[in-house]
Amino acid sequence: MTAALPLYQQLINLGAAIMLLLAFAMLAQRRVLTLIDLYAAQGLTLACSTAVVAWGTHQPHLYASAALTLALKVALLPWLLYRLIRRLDVRWEFEGLLNVPTTMLLGIVLVVFAFNLAVPISELASTVTRATLGIAMATVLLAFLMMITRRKALSQVIGFLSMENGLFFAATSATYGMPMVVELGIALDVLVGMLILGVFFFQIREQFDSLDLRHLESLREPDAE
Amino acid sequence: MIELVAVLVLPVVGAAVLAMAGHRRVAAEINVAASGLTFLAAAGLTARVIGEGPLLALDRLFFVDPFNVFLVALTAFVGLTTSLFSRPYMRIEQQHGKLSPARLRLYHSMFQLFMATMLCALLTNNMGILWVAMEAATLTTVLLVSLYRTPASLEAAWKYFILCGVGIAQALFGTILLYFAAEKVLGAGGGALLWTELDAVKGQLEPTVLGLAFVFLLVGYGTKVGLTPLHNWLPDAHAEGPTPVSAVLSGLLLNVALYAVVRCKVLVQGAVATPVASHLMMGFGLLSVVVAAFLLSRQKDVKRLFAYSSIEHMGIVTFAFGMGGPIANFAALLHMTVHSLTKSAIFFTVGHAAQKTGTQLIDGIRGLVAISPVIGWGLALGALAILGMPPFGVFASEFLVLTTAMREQPWATPILLAALGVAFAAVFSKVQPMVFGEPTGKRLAHRPAMIPVFVHLGLVLMLGLWIPPHLAAWYREAARLIG
Repeated sequence: MTAALPLYQQLINLGAAIMLLLAFAMLAQRRVLTLIDLYAAQGLTLACSTAVVAWGTHQPHLYASAALTLALKVALLPWLLYRLIRRLDVRWEFEGLLNVPTTMLLGIVLVVFAFNLAVPISELASTVTRATLGIAMATVLLAFLMMITRRKALSQVIGFLSMENGLFFAATSATYGMPMVVELGIALDVLVGMLILGVFFFQIREQFDSLDLRHLESLREPDAE
Repeated sequence: MIELVAVLVLPVVGAAVLAMAGHRRVAAEINVAASGLTFLAAAGLTARVIGEGPLLALDRLFFVDPFNVFLVALTAFVGLTTSLFSRPYMRIEQQHGKLSPARLRLYHSMFQLFMATMLCALLTNNMGILWVAMEAATLTTVLLVSLYRTPASLEAAWKYFILCGVGIAQALFGTILLYFAAEKVLGAGGGALLWTELDAVKGQLEPTVLGLAFVFLLVGYGTKVGLTPLHNWLPDAHAEGPTPVSAVLSGLLLNVALYAVVRCKVLVQGAVATPVASHLMMGFGLLSVVVAAFLLSRQKDVKRLFAYSSIEHMGIVTFAFGMGGPIANFAALLHMTVHSLTKSAIFFTVGHAAQKTGTQLIDGIRGLVAISPVIGWGLALGALAILGMPPFGVFASEFLVLTTAMREQPWATPILLAALGVAFAAVFSKVQPMVFGEPTGKRLAHRPAMIPVFVHLGLVLMLGLWIPPHLAAWYREAARLIG
């Protein structure tokens, strides 16, 4: 990669780097409010890079996609999460299953793995830049790691949403965005999913007086007789 | 065309009406009426396909071919019988104080919405919409699984949401990769995700990308099929949700998810020279059969028992689709049909049996024949049918799978036979005392709805002896299409 790269591609590379950085920040962050801010920042990066792709490749329908991302992931979902936290009155710090350095090291391993996985595909990519697909995949895997290592219901959900950000980043960087009807459908699903989760949190809280997932570990296979 | 729109719109209208009136006494009847109209529309659609052949409608966004037409009819039919069953069942649950009117409204409305998402997933031609509909099917059922708000049901619903959510996210990545490969051949825009378009050019799609895409799609949709080792959500969701929901999850949702996998497999095996898709499906299928068969004997909850049996049968179907070829595919399609009918019938009887005895524990349910002969015999016949006794249809399809496996994949036959034997011993030894033991139980306030059970079992019996010519033609045509 030389300086001959057009400006918009450099910008997308920058966006990809920020995405990865934010994914690591989320992995290390233990405070729930900061986690939501980081999620909103990731959404903003996603919206910006989508807009840059739209501008660089002259695809007007991607502007709509960027606007949708901005409305949903930067404004609406973080607002819903904030409101949920205020109504549930929970501001605890998280305790993870692993300590931060171990999680970070695991994260680095995952990034290497993702880049290796993406090599054969990126070589075929006529679009944008090579590294972005690997980064998108790494973001997905890091979000997955976050879901595995966290115990509280809320941080699992933020991990889930962040995974979805990574997938959208893969879609825009590798294919210039999915057809509009599909994107609308996915956005609708995410929104409805969040609303259902909101209801669900209240049910869990009502039942257990806490959102700690340790209470949700009683269903197991019965022991052999 | 008009029938197709009706099939898609009627359940949504039903859901809207029930969202307002779902808590009233007539809600159960409205639910039956909506399901009945949907079934009529699906029957009309089927008749049209018989008359005019496959059709492509609404700007190529929806299509009907021999592969999905019988699944649409089956889905609408089981939807109707489940709504008939749920009418007395949910009334009894309400009388037992397990449900408030608000939750009943939620239940009725979500039931219809769930039917709408599944029919949409079956009829859509767009792989992206297929994903959206599958995800929506999860979302509509999450709150149904936790309908009773017990700690166990909340846990089951949370597990269901997170596991299926993560799984389906993998499927989205697979869809993105599919689009990535297709866009190079078909150009950007809506056309590149249409299954009919993809099918026409599948030979030109990039093999490496499609191979990788299939892994993600199989893991993603496979989570919803309940393939081992991604099956963890399935027994919990089946055991803790209300019984009509267990019946449609097992009888319909698993089929629809498997349908998605097979649609993807058709594209991938057309593009990739090596039989990687077949091998993956055979491996996952066989593993599911074996693991589920050995877990069956450890179950203490009757709904969990039959949930594991669903995993086992989905494993058989996945294995058969993995083998491929006209006979194995024919057997797999037949098995999807008969499993769906038999398993929902079993859940209906199990639901009423649990209401009679007040427990879902196998040890607590005894002597059903003495308490209520219809329920007892319904369960006995259903269990015999699902275990593959002749002359039921499950025997015919399992026999075809086994004979094909003997010829094509001889190494797998002893494994399959052993697993089927273990499953038989486990289920039979548990069901026998439930049906014939010393009775425990009480009278119910409403007459149980046993007609759907015997209609289902009658159909399964018929399919074991005689397959209607149109259905056989579709099976053959679809089997050729799947390849």
